[in-house]
Amino acid sequence: MKYLTEYRNLEATKSYLELIHKAATKPWKIMEICGGQTHGLVRNGILDLLPENVQMIHGPGCPVCVTPLNLIDKAIELLENGVIVCSFGDMIRVPGSKKSLLEAKSNGGDLRILYSPIEAVKIARNNPDKEVVFFAVGFETTAPANALSVLHAQKEGLKNYSILVSHVLVPPAMEAILDDKFCNINAFLGAGHVCAIMGYKEYYPLAKKYKIPIVITGFEPLDLVQGIYMAVMQLEKGVYEVENQYSRVVKEEGNLAALKVINQVFEVGSREWRGIGEIPNSGYVLTKEFKEFDAETKFGISHIKVAENPNCIAGDILKGIKKPHQCNQFGKACTPSNPLGAPMVSSEGACAAYYHFSSNLIKD
Amino acid sequence: MNKETLGFETIQLGHGSGGLMTRDLLDKIIFKTFSNTYLDQKHDGSIVSFNGEIAISTDSFVVSPIFFKGGNIGELAVNGTVNDVAMCGAIPKYLSLAFIVEEGLKIDEFIEIVNSIKNAADKSGVQIITGDTKVVERGKGDKIFINTTGFGEVNPKANIAAEHIKTGDKIILNGFVAQHGMAIMSEREGLEFESTIESDTTNLNFLVNDLINEFGDKIHLFRDPTRGGVASVLSEISQDINKGIVIYEDNIPLEKQVAAACEILGLDPLYVANEGVFLVIVDDSISENVLNFMKKDKKGKNSAYIGEITNEHSGKVVMQSSIGGKRIVSPLIGEQLPRIC
Repeated sequence: MKYLTEYRNLEATKSYLELIHKAATKPWKIMEICGGQTHGLVRNGILDLLPENVQMIHGPGCPVCVTPLNLIDKAIELLENGVIVCSFGDMIRVPGSKKSLLEAKSNGGDLRILYSPIEAVKIARNNPDKEVVFFAVGFETTAPANALSVLHAQKEGLKNYSILVSHVLVPPAMEAILDDKFCNINAFLGAGHVCAIMGYKEYYPLAKKYKIPIVITGFEPLDLVQGIYMAVMQLEKGVYEVENQYSRVVKEEGNLAALKVINQVFEVGSREWRGIGEIPNSGYVLTKEFKEFDAETKFGISHIKVAENPNCIAGDILKGIKKPHQCNQFGKACTPSNPLGAPMVSSEGACAAYYHFSSNLIKD
Repeated sequence: MNKETLGFETIQLGHGSGGLMTRDLLDKIIFKTFSNTYLDQKHDGSIVSFNGEIAISTDSFVVSPIFFKGGNIGELAVNGTVNDVAMCGAIPKYLSLAFIVEEGLKIDEFIEIVNSIKNAADKSGVQIITGDTKVVERGKGDKIFINTTGFGEVNPKANIAAEHIKTGDKIILNGFVAQHGMAIMSEREGLEFESTIESDTTNLNFLVNDLINEFGDKIHLFRDPTRGGVASVLSEISQDINKGIVIYEDNIPLEKQVAAACEILGLDPLYVANEGVFLVIVDDSISENVLNFMKKDKKGKNSAYIGEITNEHSGKVVMQSSIGGKRIVSPLIGEQLPRIC
């Protein structure tokens, strides 16, 4: 674990925080894209240690948070019709329009919590008389494993395995945020693990078009403060480049083997984002060759459409326009045990992160 | 005692019917294993006497899988209840033992569990004095559920109550956190990962009693952070006493492999279940002596001072992170869910 502890080093982290305090002369708003980074910032109490003029805005990079309500209702529909639904853990408590997957499970649905979609293929193999669906949510990070599960199922000739796809991509979301007329973000911390898969070439045109610094950043305390420092230095110098703080993991060209698998199974298509709406070319859909693994087509559930709770401002939260505690429902009608929207459910969701960890609540 | 003597490979519905098959199971397995003056009466219940105040605690055990690295549901059922009685400042003496067995459980497995119960009871110095065995149809249980109720004599030197806790009191933890929860997690279907993490299930009653004998009423509270972990127990305490609690991330004893497993699964070790861990809240004046005393005991050798009671942020637990930041440690809500990435 030395590898990790070095990036949690108190002295090194403190020295970067001092550098940020010295370097930041103007007010800067920096958005961390990824929910894992939000979690790291609040969990380690970094937000309180930054100078007042450097403000972190929490981005949309929580896969659970951006998965549209429709998809949850679709998964529940499958569960209630005897399908074995496999899901990542933090998806199961997110409220759909009427209930969550966890509630549907308590009513008798066969819901399995998995870490890897490959496990779902194993379940399909062991239950040939049952349909097995993997709820394939997430950003570019989870796409290779989800694609691989489809390739495995195809190779084994499994006809009872399919995936309910809700894959979204980071760069189109960044562009949607930057195009919003209320956007006031000066720099981005790029999502380290997404870039580990994808590389960061696709960020060059974004940085150039919007004149905005993008620093690909990791998740440990030292990563985060170093990433923030690099962003602040670019802002103070008036430059806008793509920089890679997370070079021990991220290469410019990404992970070529993973990309090959993704491109074999998925193609870019339009996707709905919870709280933001439909963004063209913002996600992955299965290619024609793999359509038979598409649960929506297979079970004829594409028609299910539902509206968001009007009291939830998840869209503004995900776009960084509002902070969680600026929501009237925060901590009152909306809590982790009774969430109105997804950002309050996952520990990576900005609202839950604020609810659990933020010192805004310490001062009560 | 083996399966041949019962004539079955698996538990049958008839073993819970109250008839001859039940009698056979009781005589050949239960009474034979747990034989003592009370149980040998084979009466509907037992009559026992106590000196002074009595502490009573009950718990049901439904863990899945029933066998895991470092233990099984049987010893868990003894240690869990023994520890709960001990946390009241009492010396556990007797246990009741009730099984709800799912039809089809292998007799071998049942015997292994019963033997573990016997071993654990002997180690903690308690006797099984009454019990019950029911069998439910296949599919209506999860192999085996166990309920135990513990009875203990309160140590006259003990004065354990949350209301005695005052500002400045120190919080000491006896060992590594999150071992049990991660051992179970590593064997759950769909989550299996290779590790040598073992459950920490053990009885804590002797160390707890030694502490009471040594330090008396300067010990204000014992708690064992089982489900919900250290975080949930501390949150409850801070709300009950309406004072704040500060804990220090760097001081919390966490074994490397467990830390790594939590890291991989996206779980916070502070919320993961423990079985052989207890927190003790003591008067500041004796805190160093308590810590040294605990470190000399096998079950306390990894003890650490993890935090203290404060007048600030009443009703909330605040953790100081390794890099000097602060965050609220809130109680666990529902089940702890592994994160996606």
